This record gives sequence, structure tokens and C-alpha cells, in this order.
Amino acid sequence: MPPTPTPSTASKELLSLRDVEKAFFGVRVLKGVSFNVLEGGMLGLVGENGAGKSTLVNILGGNLKPDSGTIHFANALYAPRNPQDAAHCGLAFIHQELNLFPNLSIAENIFLTRFPCASRSPFIRRSLMHERTTALLRQVGLDIPPDRIVQGLSSGERQLVEIAKALSLEARLIVFDEPTTSLSERETARLFNLIAQLRAAGLTLVYISHTLSHVFQLCDDLVVLRDGEVVASGATSSFTPDKLVSLMVGRTLTNLFPQPKPNTVGSQGGVPVLEVRDVSQPGVVNQVSLTLHQGEILGLAGLMGSGRSELARMIFGLAPFQQGAVRVSGEVIHQLSPRNQIRRGMAFLTEDRHREGLCLDGSVADNLALVTLPQHGQPPLGWLSLESVRAAVSRIRSVVRLDTKANDTQPVRTLSGGNQQKVVLGKWLLSQPKVLVLDEPTRGIDVGAKFEIYTLIQDHAAQGAGVLVISSEIEELIGLCDRILVMRQGRLVDDLPRAEFNRERILSAALGSSLEVTA
Amino acid sequence: MKPLSKANNLLLRWTQSEYLVLGLTILLVLAVAPFTPELISTGNLRNILSYMLPLFIIATGMTLVMITGGIDLSVTSIIALTSVIGARLMSHDGGGLPSSGAVLVMLTLGASVGALNGAAITMLQLPAFIVTLASMMFVSGFAVWLTQSKNIYGLPESFLALGQRLPIALALTAALALAAHLILHRTVAGRWLYAVGINPTAAHISGAPVRTITVSAYVASGFCAALASVLLTGRLETASPVLGRELLLDIIGATALGGTSLFGGRGKIAWTLFGVLFLTVLDNALNLLNLSQFSITLTKGLVILLAAVLDALRVRFHIHTPA
Repeated sequence: MPPTPTPSTASKELLSLRDVEKAFFGVRVLKGVSFNVLEGGMLGLVGENGAGKSTLVNILGGNLKPDSGTIHFANALYAPRNPQDAAHCGLAFIHQELNLFPNLSIAENIFLTRFPCASRSPFIRRSLMHERTTALLRQVGLDIPPDRIVQGLSSGERQLVEIAKALSLEARLIVFDEPTTSLSERETARLFNLIAQLRAAGLTLVYISHTLSHVFQLCDDLVVLRDGEVVASGATSSFTPDKLVSLMVGRTLTNLFPQPKPNTVGSQGGVPVLEVRDVSQPGVVNQVSLTLHQGEILGLAGLMGSGRSELARMIFGLAPFQQGAVRVSGEVIHQLSPRNQIRRGMAFLTEDRHREGLCLDGSVADNLALVTLPQHGQPPLGWLSLESVRAAVSRIRSVVRLDTKANDTQPVRTLSGGNQQKVVLGKWLLSQPKVLVLDEPTRGIDVGAKFEIYTLIQDHAAQGAGVLVISSEIEELIGLCDRILVMRQGRLVDDLPRAEFNRERILSAALGSSLEVTA
Repeated sequence: MKPLSKANNLLLRWTQSEYLVLGLTILLVLAVAPFTPELISTGNLRNILSYMLPLFIIATGMTLVMITGGIDLSVTSIIALTSVIGARLMSHDGGGLPSSGAVLVMLTLGASVGALNGAAITMLQLPAFIVTLASMMFVSGFAVWLTQSKNIYGLPESFLALGQRLPIALALTAALALAAHLILHRTVAGRWLYAVGINPTAAHISGAPVRTITVSAYVASGFCAALASVLLTGRLETASPVLGRELLLDIIGATALGGTSLFGGRGKIAWTLFGVLFLTVLDNALNLLNLSQFSITLTKGLVILLAAVLDALRVRFHIHTPA
């Protein structure tokens, strides 16, 4: 066949899905999904959790087979039987949870499936492998030795290694699945630069994210999924953020954030509930002092590694510090431990809900009751009143509006991300904390659930508790907080009351560029 | 086709049931009894009971440990050590302690070895397998050295009664098992035990005293082993530095067979009772069928493997049921 001249705009599709269907146990999760990805283009795929994005990615990756429908890739029928098939065809996936072996080196991870060997021998040619790895790493802008063990890399660096791996496989299409969830602002910027380079090199990209600002910034076209259906698709310019959100959730959210409640207690005149005085730990935090008042929502911004999460862990007794003092309700705490802090009315939602927040194989009810168990136990044996535990669980379920389909005895593992986070928040709210510390309270959950969590945080503050919120999303802090503190390299570098909230100023304080505020 | 699918459903429901192992035991008895009626004779049933009581006691402690995600390999060495030390204390040249005193010392000693295990596991952050393997070797070596590998006979009647009078042994076992069951299901500590087994980090952050809970499980396991030692020593009328040596794998096997997870977070005393019952009846039935010892061991191995496979399938199926 003679090569037909393609239009100069290069608008040929590389990947095309037609009526793709998939059901699990009779539940249709993909209902006739059709869309095209143009060669050299970048397509944004958005939708709430449970909209079917992961299933779609799993089908493309060869982990699942569609029940019906066809997929074409590069003008050929594409039906991968396994992930190796997908890789062989030229598709690569950068997942939310990265798929690297932490105990192996960068080079070993990249060449794991096809180590370069001297002909027909089982011996790996390490020097060749390292040479090639170095070249690949240079392409993605990573300047570290190829024999470095992956364990010691940051999540941003690991992601770049994944991209280098995709490049080494000569991928034509790379699917990014929530690539920025665990990245700092700086790492995100670096990733976006790399994405621009990849596009310049002619690669086709699919970008899945909850962070709509990124989607708008990066993608040419958008496909919106809701309940397994494509509800809208088209050029990014034809969408507005509000329209996109209402398409995703299927209802119109007037705002991403609830209206701030009239602050009844008032952050100025309120009683301090948490006071941190000159807390220092070499290399982590340096002379940090802050005061959290009754009824106040205080935001803590900063890059990853700026010491914000570390500070929260110190306050809760999960990490040591050399100097300084922590006061809860005016009382200096000498022996900090989670147990003691909980007794004094503190709660701490950690950033990693799977590893630290939940007993994933435990039931919904057991997880919700975990923190407040001692309240239901009669001393000295801790004999439980099952009735009062059940009552507390059902009360908090309705407070956090946990999915009513979820059973009390169902393992938390089987819930969606948003509902899992509601369980973590619920178990802490049950303890009626006077000080609520939240580290990335809305990470990896969909827009609707985010809104509900913001409302819960505001309600809790309105009842007189102090809330400290740590977040990488500056919009979230601006939308939610009464005051924002900014940390950089272990120090507090800025303090903004609501009237002075300004995205630029917060970012530059966190990054340490021009607008530096003298402490 | 309808009745078939109904039967299928019933079968499926049954494999999901926590009484599966109990049901299998009954099936086993029904299947074997026609060939050896002796199986269901009063004498043999008493025999089965007196054999399984100490086993169940040790397995009860093991269940608590396994729920925390650990394992206690030192139980049989604790049985041997407490056996010979208790006997030594009661004998004439050892001081002639009354049997109640000796039992008290044995129980305290068992709990103390458990406490040491727990302390090493939590303070030094060592894997339970290694810690209890080391203490098994050390403690059983110590027991042999103490007695110069000799058995001790001539124990007082009042002590022997504990292991030989079935009603006493039964009452002791039932009380212990009931206490363990209530602790697990009706107390704060019990709930914490499961939480620690599923995710110790999350449990710690949620205010559970993870170390205390873990140590307590090993203390309980040591205590149970010592109590089993009282019954075993009494039944055999002999204190031996190698007492119970062959029981370890049966105990772990029976506990796992019942459905308690080796990875922690899942287990019940009732399940363990069924597991012990099944394994004991199986052993006894095969013996009565005059099978050789090696084919009995072989069958037990197969059964435990099958149980593990079934359990894995069961768990997998549960996770995939649409919520």
C-alpha cells in the first residue's frame, strides 16, 4: 500500500476505543466507552473515583479483558493478553502507586525483563546496562548514578525512573495515572517540563488526574467519564472548570469549597488549644512556634520535605524533637505519645491512610471504633458495652455520610478512597478532639467526597475545636482556612490571615524565591 | 436444573460457614464409624477428649499470638521446662512443695518465659519466629540439662488428679477457653489484639498500646503452655524434659486449620476448638483403621494443606463480593 500523505496537522488517531464494555459480577462499570487519542496529542481523562478510569487503564494495560467492544492501536486491532503484550505494542503506564522494586538499583529496574547479556550467557553486562541507563536518566533530567538503589529515591525521582523505563521500551503512548499525587510543587513542575519534552519528541500521552488545574494546563482534549459512560469529550478549550466539575459529579456544585461558616468563637479572641514553642530537631524543623485557637482552621503549606508533616508527627508524639515544648489546652506535655495526646483531646489524620490510617482488613465498624474503644470499656477489665459501641458507630456513620451500601462488617479495603477517608476522619471525630491535625485530608479522593470532607472540617471547627490542616494543594488551604502558615526548610517563613490569602505569595514563600518574608 | 443450583448454593454457603471444620469432623466420624465402631465407643471418646484438652489449651494461647501476627514456637519447650521444674519442686529431695504451690510456680514460669519472648520481640524488634525458635532451643536444652535427661516419677496424687480426672481437666480447659473467647470479643484489649495484627502502625497511632498488647499475647501463650503441661504431666504420671516435643506442629496446624490467619488479624477460639477437634479425631480414626504412623502424618499434612487452600479461596471470594 502506498503511503498516503497524512494531513500536516497530524490529526490521525493512534488509539481508538469503540463501545468497550466491562462488568464485574453483573455490575456494569464500563458502558460502551468510545473515544480516540490523536497521535502526538495529549488526552486528559477525568472522572470521579469509581467512574471507571482504573478499569479502563487495566484494560489498556492487559490486566483485564473487555467483555465486548474493540480497541485499535496504530491501525491494528489491539487486544493485549497480559501487561507484557501491552508493553510490546508500545504502551507504557506511569501509575499512582509506582511499580518499581525498591530493593533493586535503577538500572536493574529498567532492564529487569531484558538484561543485556553477553551472547547466550547468563551473565549481565553491567557496564553496558549502566551506560544505557545513564543516557536514559539524562533524557528525563535525572542526574543520579544508575546503580543507586531505588529505596533511597524520592517519589518524584522514582516516577522519573518509571518514565525512563517507558522510554527504554520505546513506548509510543504513555498513560499517566494520577502522577502528581505524591509530588511536591517543584517535582510537579519538573514533571510538566518533561511532559512538554516528551510531546515535542512526538509521543502520545493520556493523562488521568483529579487535579483539574493540571488537566487544563496540559491537555489538548478531554474525555469525561461518569458511572462508566463518556458524558462529554472535546477540545480542552471548550470546557470551563465549573462545567467540567458538574459533568464529573453529575450535579452542579456551586463551589468546590463550602461557604466559610461565620466564625462564632473567633480566631483572634479564641482560647489557644495547641501551642508549639520553639520546637527544633536538627535537619528537620528549626525553632518552630505556632498557636492554634479554638474554632480556628489553620493551614500549613510548604513543599514536601519542608518539615510540615514532620512537625505534625512531633506534635502527636510520633517523632522525637530535641528542643521546645508542646502545650495542649495550656498544659505542657512532657511524655508525648499518640496514646497520651489522644487522652488530652488530640487527633491526627496521617497522610498515608493505607499504611497508617486504617486496618484495611478490619471491618468498617472496628475501624470507626478503634480510637474511642476505651470509652466503651468498663474498668478494670475493659469489658465492652457492645450496644454503646454500635450506637457510636452508627452515629458517626451518619455524621460523615458514609456510603449506606457499605456494611458495618465489610472490610474497609473494599471501600472507595473517599469512603475510606471518611472512615479515618470518622474514627477521629468520634473522639470529639479539641485539636484536630489533618495531613493531606483529601489526597486521592474525588471532588464530591472532598466537598463533604471540607464541610465536616468546618463543622468540627464551628463546634469549638482547633483544626490544623496540612496540604500540598494551595487552593484547598485558601478555600478552607482562616489563616495559613508557610514552611520552608524546617522553618516557618510566612503567616497569612484570610484577608491576605494569595496563591503567588504562598507559593513563593514555600519555594523561597524573590518575595521572601523576613521572619 | 433448579434443585442442582440450590444444592450448589447450599454447598457454597457451607464452605463460607465458620462451622465448616466442625461439619467436616462430623462427616469424618460418620464416614469412619461403620468401619471401626470402636471410634464412637465411650472409652475412645474419653480417650479423644483427654488427648485434645491439653492440645486445645496450647492452641488457645497460640491463637492469641497468631491474631497479633506472631507465632510462638517455644510452647512445647515451656511444657517440658515447667513439667520438670514442677516435678522437682514436689519431689522429696526438691523441697516437697504442695502440688498447689508447684502448679502456681509452673504457671508463673510459663508466663515469664512468654514475657521474655514478648519483650525480645517488641523491644528489639525481632521477628517472632526467630525469637521463639531461639527460646525453644534454649529452654528445651535447659530442661534436658536440668534433669540430665532423666524422667521424674512418683508425683503426688493430688497433682496427678488434675490430668487424670477428666471432669477436672475439662472444667479447667473450658474455663480457660471461655475466658480467652470473652477477652477477644468483649474487651478493649481483645479488639486491640486484632487491630495490632492487621496494622500495628495504625493501631499505635490510634492509641492502642501495641507493645503491651503484643507482650500480653506471648504471656498468655506461655501461661497456656504451662497449664497444658500440668495436664500432660498428670496424665502421663511422669515429668519429662522432652514432654510434648511432638506436639508443636499439630498445634500450629490445628490453629491454622480452624481458620486463624498466620498473617494476623483473623482468628477465633471456637475456630481453634474445631481445628483441634478435627485433627485429633482424624489422628484417632486413622489409628483405629490400623494405618501406619507415617501415613497418618502424611494424611494430616494433606488435610492442613487442603484447609489452607480452602481458606485462601474463601477469603478471595469474600473480597470480590460486590458491596
